[in-house]
Formats: sequence, C-alpha cells, structure tokens
Amino acid sequence: MTAVLLIARRELGGYFRTMTGYIIAGIMLLAQGLFFNAFVLGQGEMYSAEVLNGYFFYAFGTTVISSLFISMRLIAEERQTGTLTLLASSPIHDWEIVVGKFLSALVFLTAITVASIYIPALILVNGKVSAGHMFAGYLGVLLAGGAALAIGVFGSALGRNQVLAVIFSAIITLFIVVSHFLAKVTDRPLKDMFMSLALYARHFPPFQAGSIHLRDVVYYVMVTYVALFAAVRVMEARRWK
Amino acid sequence: MIEVKGLTKYYGELAAIHDLDFSIDRGEVIGFLGLNGAGKTTALKILGCVLLPTAGDVKVDGIDIARDPHEVRRRIGFLPDTPPLYNDMTVGRYLKFAAELRGVPASEADKAVGDAEEKTATREVHDQPIFSLSHGYRQRVGVAQALVHRPKLLILDEPTSGLDPVQIVEMRSMVRALRGEHTVLLSSHILSEISQTCDRLLVIQRGEIVAQGSEQDLATSLGGGGTIEVEVVGPSTRAIEVARTVTGIGECTVLQETGGVAIVSLQGAPDLRPKVVRALVQNGIDVLRIDRGAARLESIFLRLTQDGKDGTGRPQ
Repeated sequence: MTAVLLIARRELGGYFRTMTGYIIAGIMLLAQGLFFNAFVLGQGEMYSAEVLNGYFFYAFGTTVISSLFISMRLIAEERQTGTLTLLASSPIHDWEIVVGKFLSALVFLTAITVASIYIPALILVNGKVSAGHMFAGYLGVLLAGGAALAIGVFGSALGRNQVLAVIFSAIITLFIVVSHFLAKVTDRPLKDMFMSLALYARHFPPFQAGSIHLRDVVYYVMVTYVALFAAVRVMEARRWK
Repeated sequence: MIEVKGLTKYYGELAAIHDLDFSIDRGEVIGFLGLNGAGKTTALKILGCVLLPTAGDVKVDGIDIARDPHEVRRRIGFLPDTPPLYNDMTVGRYLKFAAELRGVPASEADKAVGDAEEKTATREVHDQPIFSLSHGYRQRVGVAQALVHRPKLLILDEPTSGLDPVQIVEMRSMVRALRGEHTVLLSSHILSEISQTCDRLLVIQRGEIVAQGSEQDLATSLGGGGTIEVEVVGPSTRAIEVARTVTGIGECTVLQETGGVAIVSLQGAPDLRPKVVRALVQNGIDVLRIDRGAARLESIFLRLTQDGKDGTGRPQ
C-alpha cells in the first residue's frame, strides 16, 4: 500500500508541476461554465431542480472527456520516456503501479470537480437547490469520471504513446456511452447487455435527478474495477514482450 | 551472486538471446561486451527483473527471478540505457522517491539519498530540477537511483553512453569505487571502458556468449597471449635480442625507430613486463616506457565478433 501512495503522490505532484494539469483543469471548468450559461440558463424559466439536472448533464460529458485526457499520460508517457523501467525494476506489484496512478488522477479530477461547485451554487442566487440533489449529482459525476479514468488508464497501458492511448480509451468510452443506441436495434439478450452497459443513458440520469441507486453505483465501480484489472493484465503481459 | 543457465529470450520468432550460461561472484565487476543488437540489453533487462525470460534459470543471490522477482528486485539496482528520470522533479526528491519505492524506510531515506549523492558526486545538484541537468549529471543521477537502496547487485546498461571523454573517465572511476561494496555488471561496446573497469568480460554475439574471462584469458584462448610495447634507447636489434632471452616472449616487431629511440612490440603476456625491464636494464639498455600492447582488446573483440557485424538489426 505504501507503494500505491508513493506513486499517487508523485503523479499528483506531476499534475501541478507541469502545465498539462492546469490546461486540462482550465478547459474543463471553462467548458462547464460555458455550457451551463449557454444551454442551461439560456432555456428560459425553469425550476431550480431542472437547472441543476441540466448542469449535471453537461458536467457528465465534460468530466468524462477530461478524464480521458487526464489519464492518457499515466503509463504511456512513462513508457515513452523510459521512466516505467524505474517502477518495473522496483519491488512493487504491477497492480500497485496501476492503482497508484489511478488514485492520483482521481484526486486531481476530484479537485477540479470541487472547484466547479461555484457553478451550481449560482442557482442559489435566484432559486433553491437541495443539498441531497447536489451530493447525488456530484457523486454520479465522480463515479462516471472514475470509470472513464480507469478506461483511460487501460488505454494508457495499451498504447505505445499518449495519442494512441487517448484514441483507444476514447473508442472504448464512446462505445459504452452510445451502447443504448445499439440496444434499440438489437434483440434480447444483446439488447439487455447493451442497455445495461450504457455509461450514460441507463445509469447516470438518476444521479442527475438527485437519486442514488445502488445498482448504478455498483455499475460504475464495476466498470472501474474491470478497466483497472485489464490495465494490470496488460502491464504483466508486457513483461513477456 | 548471479547464476544463469540456459537463458533464452524470443521476440516473436527471433531469439534475442539464446542459451546463455554464466555465473558472477560476489564483489566482481563484470563487463558485458558486444556489438549493438547482440542481446546485451535484453539479458540485462531480464537480470533487472524488467523482462521475463522465455526459458532458462536465473538466480540472483540464490533467489530464482521467476519465482520471487520481488526479493530479487530488492537486491538489485538497475540503470537502463536511458536513465529513468522524472524531469519535473528535483534530484533530491527523485532519489528519495526511488529509495522509498525500493523499500528504504522514510526515516532513513534522506541518509540513503545523501550517501548515493556522495558516491556519485551529485550533491551540488540536489535541489536542481532534473530537466536542467547536463547529460553527464543525468547519467550520474541515473547511477545514484540504482544504488540509493544499497543493492547487492548493480546492473548498468551502457553507463558511459553519450558522455564526453572527461565524463567517461569520471564515470569509470565512480564504477571502480563501487567495487567490493556492490557486485557490478555493466555493458558497453566501448572496449577500453570494459578493459579498464572490469575484472572479467562476457563477450556476447548474436545472443550467445562466445567467450568469457579476463582480458588475458581471452587473449590466451585465442592464441594471442597478448603483447608488450617497449620504448628503448639504442638500436632495436639489440633490444630484441635481449628481450627474446626472457621465457614467454615470442615474436618481436619493430614499430618505430627514430633518433636513437626504438619502439618494439613483443608477443607475450603483460605479466612478463617486469622480467623484460630487468633483462634490458641488466644488459645496459635504457627503458623509456613499457606498456601493454595497444589495441590488443580491440583485436580480441574483432576476432570474437568478426562474423557478427550484421547483428545491428536485432532487437535489444
């Protein structure tokens, strides 16, 4: 566990010591603010809960996309620069490397997400929002972001460089985001499978509306676990190549 | 310290190394010598527990690397051909990170970093960010990260790569200073590097060990037995006549004779140098200089690898 924390601390420091972290954070916050202003506040009169619902819809998209960019460097960059050898020749397990890197990215994503709280807080100027709705929405955003980060870590383990890494993870993420469309054109059991896979359509709207369902939490945790497990397997397999 | 039996590594259908057998004793400084693509880096990555072998047994300090790679990794320090440095960190922070990653307790990490910096003369760049370091310092910091946890075995892949002549001399003396405290295995295709730093050589060609032993052993096994170069005052004929009286000295060749000074090459083991000097002086011949024959190791290396020149395309 010490190794996980050591790696996470180093990686987290890396986000703040280089421009990459600030650029991603800046773009994500700017995009959330713009979308909120243009597409949520610009819809005329609405109930506060509907405004908050709309905010979380855009927060989901920007968070998932940002997560792919946050995670693309985690392993692919180390492979490119040769620093992965330092980790690979140290007495630590591959899962500790993967989890340490994932944790650092999750903490960074959480920090950006916390910094965005001022946006829904603006609703309080002319309306009223429930703390429970805010909590559920943000929990959903972080769970979905965590799942996208884990897919990004998998892509980063798979790709030879950061560009390939982000392409791999974007393809996987896009597939599970749009899988509910596939559910519409397929029959059972594929229909059920595609529907239950849907990263947004099936599992996020309840969070968006302020409800927390255990099955949705379990779904995002499972996606995260499977993607990290696959990343560890890729790292182990690379020792044979 | 290291026992290797039948070590083989395939990349697809290509054998990067094939059936390597060698052993290294504790405290030795061993040179892995071979052309580019000969399989040195692959072998070192396996010993460094970065890659897994396709076949064969490797034991480090009696521990099998396939069965317990963690225990082996605790005992080794590995410097790959490109030093694994995080450019965004300072040298001190980076070395502390490397130490803690290798199991040095946080309370002892600062001392371990201090010791490593002292051994590698990197103390003055302790607070400097790594991206701002010169190539020589980057290489030194690379060595420092490999020894910061005081490993029994140090594996250095091309530690002098890209260094200027002054830096090469400094790196050479640094590696020599590590002798005894660590077993050192280093690779290079710079022959003088291997010759002057290592106790023993392992010559690898096309993924196979083609010769091993000291420089002298290799020369003897190839029938050369070595050469001695001597510079004397007076005619070369007289010097050759006297030198031939020394048992073990074979063919003698005049390399240069100008201004009453002759340089003669004598075929024979370098160990015979005191006897040659004694014989010449006792016969009234002044000796200005005596040395091992120049370019000797190069000729050994070329003979061992003469049909391996097409190996450059092989994976490392």
